[in-house]
Amino acid sequence: MLFESKNLKYSHPNQPSLSFPDISLQQGESMLVLGKSGSGKTTLLNLLAGLLLPESGEVTLNQQNLSAMKGQKLDLFRGKEIGIVFQKPHLLAALNVKENLQMAHFFSKKKGQELDQLLAELGLSGKANSSVLTLSEGEAQRVSIARALATSPKLILADEPTSSLDDENANKVIQLLKTQAAKIGAALIIVTHDQRVKTQISNFVEVKPL
Amino acid sequence: MNLFKLSWKYLTFRPLSTGLNVLLLALGLAIITVLLLIQDQFEKKMNQDAVGIDLVVGAKGSPLQLILAGVYHIDFPTGNIPMDEAQKLSRNRLVKNIIPMALGDNYQGFRIVGTNHDYPGLYDAQLQNGQLWAKPYEVVLGAEVSEKSGYRVGDEFVGSHGISVGSHEHDAHKFKVVGVLERKGNVLDRLILTSVESIWFTHDEEGETELSDSTSNHTDHHEAHLQDSVAIKGFPKTDDSRELTTLLVQYRNPMAAIQLPRIINSGTSMQAASPSFEMSRLFELLGVGITLLQGLAVVIIGISGLGIFIALYNSLKERKYDLAILRAIGASRGQLLLLIFLEGIMLTLLGAILGILLGHSFLSVIISQNEQGVVGSLQPWIFLKQELWIVVYALMVGVLASIIPAIAAYQTSIAKQLTKA
Repeated sequence: MLFESKNLKYSHPNQPSLSFPDISLQQGESMLVLGKSGSGKTTLLNLLAGLLLPESGEVTLNQQNLSAMKGQKLDLFRGKEIGIVFQKPHLLAALNVKENLQMAHFFSKKKGQELDQLLAELGLSGKANSSVLTLSEGEAQRVSIARALATSPKLILADEPTSSLDDENANKVIQLLKTQAAKIGAALIIVTHDQRVKTQISNFVEVKPL
Repeated sequence: MNLFKLSWKYLTFRPLSTGLNVLLLALGLAIITVLLLIQDQFEKKMNQDAVGIDLVVGAKGSPLQLILAGVYHIDFPTGNIPMDEAQKLSRNRLVKNIIPMALGDNYQGFRIVGTNHDYPGLYDAQLQNGQLWAKPYEVVLGAEVSEKSGYRVGDEFVGSHGISVGSHEHDAHKFKVVGVLERKGNVLDRLILTSVESIWFTHDEEGETELSDSTSNHTDHHEAHLQDSVAIKGFPKTDDSRELTTLLVQYRNPMAAIQLPRIINSGTSMQAASPSFEMSRLFELLGVGITLLQGLAVVIIGISGLGIFIALYNSLKERKYDLAILRAIGASRGQLLLLIFLEGIMLTLLGAILGILLGHSFLSVIISQNEQGVVGSLQPWIFLKQELWIVVYALMVGVLASIIPAIAAYQTSIAKQLTKA
């Protein structure tokens, strides 16, 4: 197994503890995490990314136990092996498109994909030196996908990546995520409640509040 | 891409706020730089110009004025003194040497000083070319005078009465340049040296042309002057009752410092003033102004520190997402801490460099406005070791201003920040 999560539990302060379904994925496989708003989907994503520490249970990626890592080591591991696409693009406004991607290489200390080629594959080759402030929403989201892919991670996590996009852009984004994940041999997990996504990926788990 | 570049991108992303903060800091540091430069060079210069002069004797009046006029050649002389009294003083056993001086003329603001060869000797002056004066109307130019006026050995010019530009000219006889002194960075650079006799004769002719209508007699007299030689040491020889302006006195022994000023001040119509005493009095007076300016500079630097803090803190609020993203793509807490510190430090380093340059250019503007004054001989582009401290202080301001924002960046929780959207 490339990626596995077992018996994950987490409780927000002053709230009942949440337990999450186990997930296991092979190279190139993709899976949706479904659930109503407030069911804890995003919390699960944060746990899988090592952004939150679970109360119990463990997350293993590429034979490494994420839950046992701490501090700088965890940050670096996340930078190298996990690419995260957030609901909003959150690009660094002070930098241009290519510099945003270079930051991923710099902080993860890993030279993953060739950036110009990656941008070309995502249909952004003309935008490499543009300010991120000039991008449309769809373009910005694709840049944030490129940033997640830049280090050739083993796991790609996407949190509602299509929620603010129109049909055309939403389909494009999902297709890109699928093909790119397959190309670099990464596992892909998409947290969503978007119907348009469900039609493209059949494999799913559901998060339900207990 | 690295942290330096990223910090730099963030700084240049808000050019107005960054520019304002850099400018404010630079202004404060520029004031400190100017004060440092002036204080250092001024005091050094003041001491250097007064070296070897124990006492200045002149007409009664303000002792500080006497020193400023007699040693530094910046104020008006207090008046003239009779030469026989001066000669009497030179016979006192407490006096080692007396250099007589006749002041009161200028050429385009550069003062013409009638004296003997002991005066350039006092400062170990070397000749760039030519020789020292030996006859009436022969002059030796200070390096700066020669440079500014363009006169070389062999040129002639007409002096003006009084010590400031614009008075009437002594056109009866021209001064002849026989030598140019080497630049030493002292008061001689700005002076035109000649014999006491030259000054006397210039003023004599003035009187004669005004009084007599026949010129034959005058011409003879005039020609006679030119054949004369002048006193190279001691007092000029004359049968008339003549006047001098100031005397520079060197003591024979420490006892003189106690007795001589008292003898002169109470026993003669002249007054004596000690350069070291008067200068320390002057610095005391100036000290208030300097302290005030220093205070102002510290306040400006403080405000700029506050400005940098506020700018970093505000931008941090907008950048919490950015910081969370950086963490998500592999940056450690320590790297974010460093990022914010780097920003503060780069900002203040820029301010420091700009401030020092600004200070030096400011001084060079002051100097170019005051070419003939004592400020005129300061060097604006000398860099002092203390200026490194300015950089250190500035960096300290930068570090102080970034502590709180940097800690806030360090503590940013990524998960909370990113899911808040």
